[in-house]
Amino acid sequence: MTQTYRTHLLICAGTGCVASGSMRVKEALEQEIRRRGLESEVQVTATGCNGFCAAGPLLVAYPDGIFYQRLTPADVPFLVEEYLIKGRVVKKHLFEPKKGAEAIPKLADIGFFKNQLLVALRNRGLIDPEKIDEYIARDGYLGAAKALTEMTPAQIVEEIKASGLRGRGGAGFPTGLKWQFAAAAEGSPKYILCNGDEGDPGAFMDRSILEADPHAVLEGMIIGAKAIGAHHGYIYVRAEYPLAIERLNIAVAQAKEYGLLGEDILGSGFDMEIELYHGAGAFVCGEETALMRSIEGRRGMPRPRPPFPAHKGLWDKPSVLNNVETYANVPQIIHRGAKWFYSIGTERSAGTKVFALTGQVRNIGLIEVPMGTPLRKIVFDVGGGIPGNKKLKAVQVGGPSGGCIPDALADTPVDFESIPATGAIMGSGGMVVMDSSTCMVDIAKFFLEFTAEESCGKCTPCREGTLQMLEILDRICNGRGRDEDTASLERLAVVIGQSSLCGLGQTAPNPVLTTLRYFRHEYEEHIRLGLCRAKACKALLKFTVSPELCKRCGLCFKACPSEAIRWEKKEVAEILLDKCTRCMSCYRACPFDAID
Amino acid sequence: MRSVDTVLKEHPNAGRDSLIPILQEVQETEGYLSPEAIAEIGRRLNLPASKIYGVATFYNMFRFQPKGKYHVMVCRGTACHVKGSRKSLDMVIRVLKIEPGQTTRDRLFSLEVVACMGACGLAPVVNINGQFYAKITPMKLQRIIEECRAKERIHESA
Ligand SMILES: Cc1cc2nc3c(=O)[nH]c(=O)nc-3n(C[C@H](O)[C@H](O)[C@H](O)COP(=O)(O)O)c2cc1C
Ligand code: FES
Repeated sequence: MTQTYRTHLLICAGTGCVASGSMRVKEALEQEIRRRGLESEVQVTATGCNGFCAAGPLLVAYPDGIFYQRLTPADVPFLVEEYLIKGRVVKKHLFEPKKGAEAIPKLADIGFFKNQLLVALRNRGLIDPEKIDEYIARDGYLGAAKALTEMTPAQIVEEIKASGLRGRGGAGFPTGLKWQFAAAAEGSPKYILCNGDEGDPGAFMDRSILEADPHAVLEGMIIGAKAIGAHHGYIYVRAEYPLAIERLNIAVAQAKEYGLLGEDILGSGFDMEIELYHGAGAFVCGEETALMRSIEGRRGMPRPRPPFPAHKGLWDKPSVLNNVETYANVPQIIHRGAKWFYSIGTERSAGTKVFALTGQVRNIGLIEVPMGTPLRKIVFDVGGGIPGNKKLKAVQVGGPSGGCIPDALADTPVDFESIPATGAIMGSGGMVVMDSSTCMVDIAKFFLEFTAEESCGKCTPCREGTLQMLEILDRICNGRGRDEDTASLERLAVVIGQSSLCGLGQTAPNPVLTTLRYFRHEYEEHIRLGLCRAKACKALLKFTVSPELCKRCGLCFKACPSEAIRWEKKEVAEILLDKCTRCMSCYRACPFDAID
Repeated sequence: MRSVDTVLKEHPNAGRDSLIPILQEVQETEGYLSPEAIAEIGRRLNLPASKIYGVATFYNMFRFQPKGKYHVMVCRGTACHVKGSRKSLDMVIRVLKIEPGQTTRDRLFSLEVVACMGACGLAPVVNINGQFYAKITPMKLQRIIEECRAKERIHESA
C-alpha cells in the first residue's frame, strides 16, 4: 500500500531554481522534517520547472496550494515550525505583486498562474518526472493505449487534423497533414523524430517540458509512430541539456519496463523503440534536413526541399520531425478528443502556446497561454509588468528569426496569423520584453551576430549577406554610420530573405527589418547624432562627471575596475576616457546621478 | 590514447553515423579533442583527419584546447544580453587575456560562451565549474575571478 501524507511539499528542481539553490533547500527540509519526526506525515518531492523562475527557489505546499518563494536553507527551521507544526502561513515568503502590496498566499490566485492555461505543461510542478507512476496517475499513457488498441492509423491522422494542431517549432505547419503525407509515403523503414534542439538563444520551453514531463513527449511520439507506421524514433536533444537527457533516459527505461516501449506494446502487436541523440550545438541543426544529416554523422547542413522529409528524410527514408511541444500536446488530443482541443485558442491557431518570458519583466519564467492572447496581457497580467515603473518599449518574439513588436502594437494576439503580420514570427516561443534601457539597433545587431556566426556557409546570400549587414550595423553602433546605411540594410535584407537556401537565412533579416520599420528614428539618431539613448552602444558613450551633482564620495572610484577614475578625498572625480572601458560600473555606482 | 580506446570499444563496427557520439564521448573523458585523439579516431573509422575536423569544427560544443581548472561559461542568450552580459564578457576577455574557446597558459581558466542556460530569471548568468552566479556585473565577475586566483595562491603556498 502506498502511504498517504497529510502535506506534500513540491520543491521546484528546474534549472533556474537549482541554480539559485533549491536542492540545498530540499535537503534542509528533509533534515528538519526528520528532526521533528514528521517524515510519515509530510512528503517532499522534487518536480520539474514550476515556471516562475524569477522567484526561486520555490515551494508549493498541497493540499493548501500555498506558494512560497525565495527560500534559503536558513529559512527552513522557521518554515517547518510555523507552517507544518503550528499550521500558520509564513508571510515572509509569500508572493507580493508589487513592493508593499498585499501578499497572495495561494498559487491559484497569483496573476502569473491565474492567467495561464496549461495543456502541454499540465503536469509541470505536479509530478516527479522521474517516476512513471506519477505520470500514469494523471491519465498518462491513456492516449497511447487508445491509439494503439482502438484506432487505425487513418483515424489518428483524422483526429489530429480535426484538432487543428499546428507545429510548435516555428513554422506552424498542420501536424495532421504532415503525418498524413508520411503515412502515405512509400518506403520502409519509416522514422519518427523529435526536435529538441531548441536553438533560440533566449528560450527554454522545450527543455522545461523534457525536464518536467518527459513521458508526455514519449507518448506523443508513440501515437505519431502508429499513425505513420514507424517503429523507430529518435529524440534529438542538445548535449547542453544534461538534466533533460538524464530524465529522458530514465523515462525511456521506465516505459520499456512497463511495456509501453519495445515489442508488442500493451498487447497491441505494435513495436516501437526510441533512441536519444545528443545534438552538438549548431543552430542550423534545428532545421529539419540539417538535423537529419547531423544524425547521420555529417556536418549539419540543410539541403533544398523538395524532396520533403515525409518522402526522403533520415537515411532517405520517409520521416516525420516534430517539435517537443507539438508532441506534448498529442496524448491529450487523443485522450480528450479533437473537439476539446479545437475549442481552445483561435479558429486557425488551436490550443495553447508555451513561451519563455524574459527580459525587462517582473515575473520572468515559463508560461503557457491560449493562442490569441494579446501580447499586452502576457506582459502585464502574466508577467506582472515592467520593473521600476519603466515603460514597455517592445516585445521580441521568435528569437533570431523573429522581430521586435513595438508597444503600439502590443495588443496583437499571439497566433500564427497575427504575429507574422507584424513582421515577426511565432518561432518556438522566445519572448523578450524590452524597456527604454534596450537599444533597438544593438538588439538587431545581437541577433544578426548570432545568425551570421551560425550560418552553415553552404549558400552565398546567407553566408556573405549576413556578414555584410553585420558590418553595416557594427559601423552604426560604433558611430561611423553613413546616411545610406539604412537603405543598404533594407536592400540586403530583401535579397537575403528571398534567395537563401533554408529558413535560417530566409528569416535572418527579420530582426533588422522590424526594428527598421518600427524604430527607424533610433537608427537615425545613431547615424546622424552619434547618440544611443539606451546607453547600450559602448563606442557612443563618453562618461563625464557633473561637478554640480558630484558629492565627492568616491564610490565611482571604488567601483571602477579599470583604474579609469581619478579621485582624491573631497575632490570631484574625473573619468579618464582613454582608460575607460565603458563598463558602466561607475554609472551604476553613483547614487547622485552625477555621471552621464 | 587509453580513453579513445575505451570509447571506441563501446562502438564496435562504428561507422560514419557514430562519429559525433564518439567525439562527444572522447571530449567527455578527456575534456577536449587533442590532435592525437582525432588522428586515432580517423584511423579507426577510416576517415581522414580533415573530414573529422570538418565535422568537429562545425559544432559549437567541441573544444580543441584542454579545459582550465576553472571553466568559465558566460551566457550570451537574449535575456542575458538585454541585461548587459556583453560588458561582463568583455571584462573576462580583458582580464584573462583569452578569447572564448581558449585556455589561459597556466591552465587555470578556460572561457566558453553559451546561449541561454535556462536560468534567465537570474540574468545575466555566469557558470563556473557547474556553479551558477546570478545577476552578474563586470565588477562582480572580476571579484569572483580574483577569488579563484586567490584560492590557487593559498593552495600553492600550502
Ligand atoms: C534555422 C532553423 C532553426 C530551427 N530550430 C528549431 C528548433 O530549435 N526547434 C524546433 O522544434 N524547430 C526548429 N526549426 C523548425 C524545424 O525545421 C521544423 O520545422 C520543426 O521542428 C517541425 O516541427 P513542428 O511541425 O512540430 O513545428 C528550425 C528551423 C530553422 C530553419
Ligand atoms: S539568456 Fe542567459 S540564461 Fe537564458
